[in-house]
Amino acid sequence: MNMSEHFQFTSGQKRNAFILMGIGALTLVIGIIMALSGNHTMQEKIWTGILTNNMFFLGLSLAGLFFIAVNYIGYGGWYVTVKRIPEAMSMFIPYMGVGMLVILIGLWAHWHHIYHWAAEGIADPNSPNYDRLIAGKVSYLNKPFFTIRIIAYFAIWTFFAYSLRRLSIQEDQLGGVSQYNKSKVLAAVFLIFFGITSSSMSWDFVMSIDSHWYSTLFGWYTFSTLFVSGIAAIILFTIFLKSKGYLPQVNQEHLHDLGKFMFAFSVFWAYLWFSQFMLIWYANIGEATAYFKARLDHYPFLFYMILVINFVVPFFALMTRNSKRQMGTLATIAVIVLIGHWFDYFLMIIPGATGNEASFGIFEIGLTIGYAGLFLFVVLKELTKTSLVAAKHPFFKESLEHHT
Amino acid sequence: MFVSPIREPLITGNKDYHQITEDIARPTEGRPQIGWIIGMGIAQVALLLGVFMMLWTIWYGIGTWNLNRTVGWGWDITNFVWWIGIGHAGTLISAILLLFRQKWRTGVNRAAEAMTIFAVLCAALYPGIHMGRLWVPFYIFPYPNTRAVWPNFDSPLLWDVFAISTYFTVSLLFWYIGLIPDLATLRDRAKSTLRKNIYKALSFGWRGSAKQWQRFESISLVLAGLATPLVLSVHTIVSFDFATSVIPGWHTTIFPPYFVAGAIFSGFAMVLTLMIITRKILHLEDYITIGHIESMNKVIILTGSIVGIAYTTELFVAWYSGNIYEQYAFLNRAMGPYAWAYWIMMTCNVFSPQLMWIKKLRRNLVATFILSIIINIGMWFERFVIIVTSLHRDFLPSSWTYYVPTFVEVGIFIGTLGIFFTLFLLFARTFPVIAIAEVKSIWRTSSNQAIEKFQQQEEAEAAAEKETATV
Repeated sequence: MNMSEHFQFTSGQKRNAFILMGIGALTLVIGIIMALSGNHTMQEKIWTGILTNNMFFLGLSLAGLFFIAVNYIGYGGWYVTVKRIPEAMSMFIPYMGVGMLVILIGLWAHWHHIYHWAAEGIADPNSPNYDRLIAGKVSYLNKPFFTIRIIAYFAIWTFFAYSLRRLSIQEDQLGGVSQYNKSKVLAAVFLIFFGITSSSMSWDFVMSIDSHWYSTLFGWYTFSTLFVSGIAAIILFTIFLKSKGYLPQVNQEHLHDLGKFMFAFSVFWAYLWFSQFMLIWYANIGEATAYFKARLDHYPFLFYMILVINFVVPFFALMTRNSKRQMGTLATIAVIVLIGHWFDYFLMIIPGATGNEASFGIFEIGLTIGYAGLFLFVVLKELTKTSLVAAKHPFFKESLEHHT
Repeated sequence: MFVSPIREPLITGNKDYHQITEDIARPTEGRPQIGWIIGMGIAQVALLLGVFMMLWTIWYGIGTWNLNRTVGWGWDITNFVWWIGIGHAGTLISAILLLFRQKWRTGVNRAAEAMTIFAVLCAALYPGIHMGRLWVPFYIFPYPNTRAVWPNFDSPLLWDVFAISTYFTVSLLFWYIGLIPDLATLRDRAKSTLRKNIYKALSFGWRGSAKQWQRFESISLVLAGLATPLVLSVHTIVSFDFATSVIPGWHTTIFPPYFVAGAIFSGFAMVLTLMIITRKILHLEDYITIGHIESMNKVIILTGSIVGIAYTTELFVAWYSGNIYEQYAFLNRAMGPYAWAYWIMMTCNVFSPQLMWIKKLRRNLVATFILSIIINIGMWFERFVIIVTSLHRDFLPSSWTYYVPTFVEVGIFIGTLGIFFTLFLLFARTFPVIAIAEVKSIWRTSSNQAIEKFQQQEEAEAAAEKETATV
């Protein structure tokens, strides 16, 4: 076997990943100590920080799985040389399952109040907590059903991620098209499931925080955030591996196509952002505008910054052919897009969960670094488990000779 | 350029370049077939009926329609949105599928783009007639005028004027520029002087020089770039016509992308309806293969399922909202006086396309043809359900009403079908219905000969590998 086909997770890289995780753990421990000694703000920051990062990194790993599945059923050939990267990313889904379990435990133990609908007596007309609107939703928004849904999501996503991964590794040994054909069926079934759950999970985890508010587009909007940030992560891993001398088969043509995806879905994200905002602004119905009013009044900087770095920057920076074919430019934009979409989740979650005075500071940065360390460690570890090159994939040769 | 032999060939029947020209150009050169004449006859009758009903409307006034204070939009806007939606498949095929390098688009792009243009023409008629004064249509355009009357720039209806006129212009340019090399082919093959001169004028002196091809490629790319956002923008703005209002059932944020998906869904259904007939009558089975049909059926499942998810999301969120007006609007859709229309819509658009998960049905022409008609009907009902059921029971129960169209409204709809098919039949007789130059461009990678060659290459490599292993 060629050495360049097998990723070596060096001890230096492992150490760096552990340092990142250590920073995160330290931040979290200090945060918990502060919260236990009565710092209420810090308690809120911990829970919203966990939820924001769970959503963000769950998005990256789901995007990896979605990217593979959609290429299977769309007969995509060009992506085969980078296929192992989204595959490894999808292996992170169960870790975020554990992350969401923490949120669930906190919910049952009343450790956090992110979800107002879970408050005691919310549907009881005699309770001081009674809320007529939320009372109408309790048959969907209640703790047992919420828990069942979330466990089901992660169980089924993980099943598809592991099955597709297993078939892909088997293919390396066996060749032929039987694994490929099975993967196509699995991918199709996954996409049906994902079509529904990508929306419903965003209602559950995020939209229900602002329990009174609703928007039919919300699910598709979060899907676009998830997918574009996933593409940015695939680009960064590709460039990282290339800079270490791996993936010699990946050339400018493949980078160009990944860059096009990032460009196109940044525009698509902006399209959905605009559709949701404009229709609510135009109709000007109080119950819908409340969502944007909280964000515009109290977080105007974040509100406009997200638009600039998630749309304006990639749109102009990736417009030309050359920028999509240069690793430096592409990597810079991918980092910017990732930061932008992290803040996108942050702004979706924060006002509903902690009110109008939330701040962004060292705690959020530290915790996110910790998550990033774990994500890098798991994905790089997964990359060592098999060849970086899916050489027996029926479209491998097409991908080698790919030309945009 | 290597193509995996597990891919299906897109040109079958051992064609060479000359044979491709022969097969595609022939239908424009002979005398019309009897099937074409009968089709044209029927289309003409429908067209004349439509013109008569439009004149009737203008003569007697818009009161000859059954629109009233509560239901201000009925068949007219339903048909308008339906026609605009049908046009979308053409743009999707020529722009988005080009970006995704889907080679099968070359078999159907020409006809689909033509269909786009004819469908937009039919759609554009409706606002004109609906405004009731067909002789002053220029009022909708903003231009400096002595009356100092400007259209309302805050209104999505005006945005629609811009969106659709841009869309029409770009689609027309895209389609026509693609036609130029093929028109030159027809010119070079023409026997009579008159025919030669007509195609000479139409092909703008195309000689096929390297420089001309280079410019042709650049302009195609620029137009594809312009057309891509248009695929999304046009139906997005059509959806704004409804979603910017505060009518329950209309004001919902999912409308823009959901309308786009629905438009592509109905557009592909119409492409399938037309292409299944066209390939049969013009003997183009080697260029529009069962593989092409299957690919289009897959787009149908995808967009049909997206539409299904959107219906379900709307229904769920209406309940979830806790807003009694939202809840009633959807309850009324599913169980009110127009429940029959709602369930026709659900059956045709959500349930029936799911049959296409079965590979046998995706590759069956009869099943595909029937399904494409069902979807055309279903997507018409979708617009009817959105428009009429959201309006007919408004906030004041004393104004509640039940709307049925008059023969005038039905007649105008039949008339637009007549216009559409007249134009399409004329197109099929005068222009190559498949892009000759583009089909030739995939011959080297996707004809059955090419796929066989790649197959042999793979086998030879595998044999060589085995030999080295044994040595």
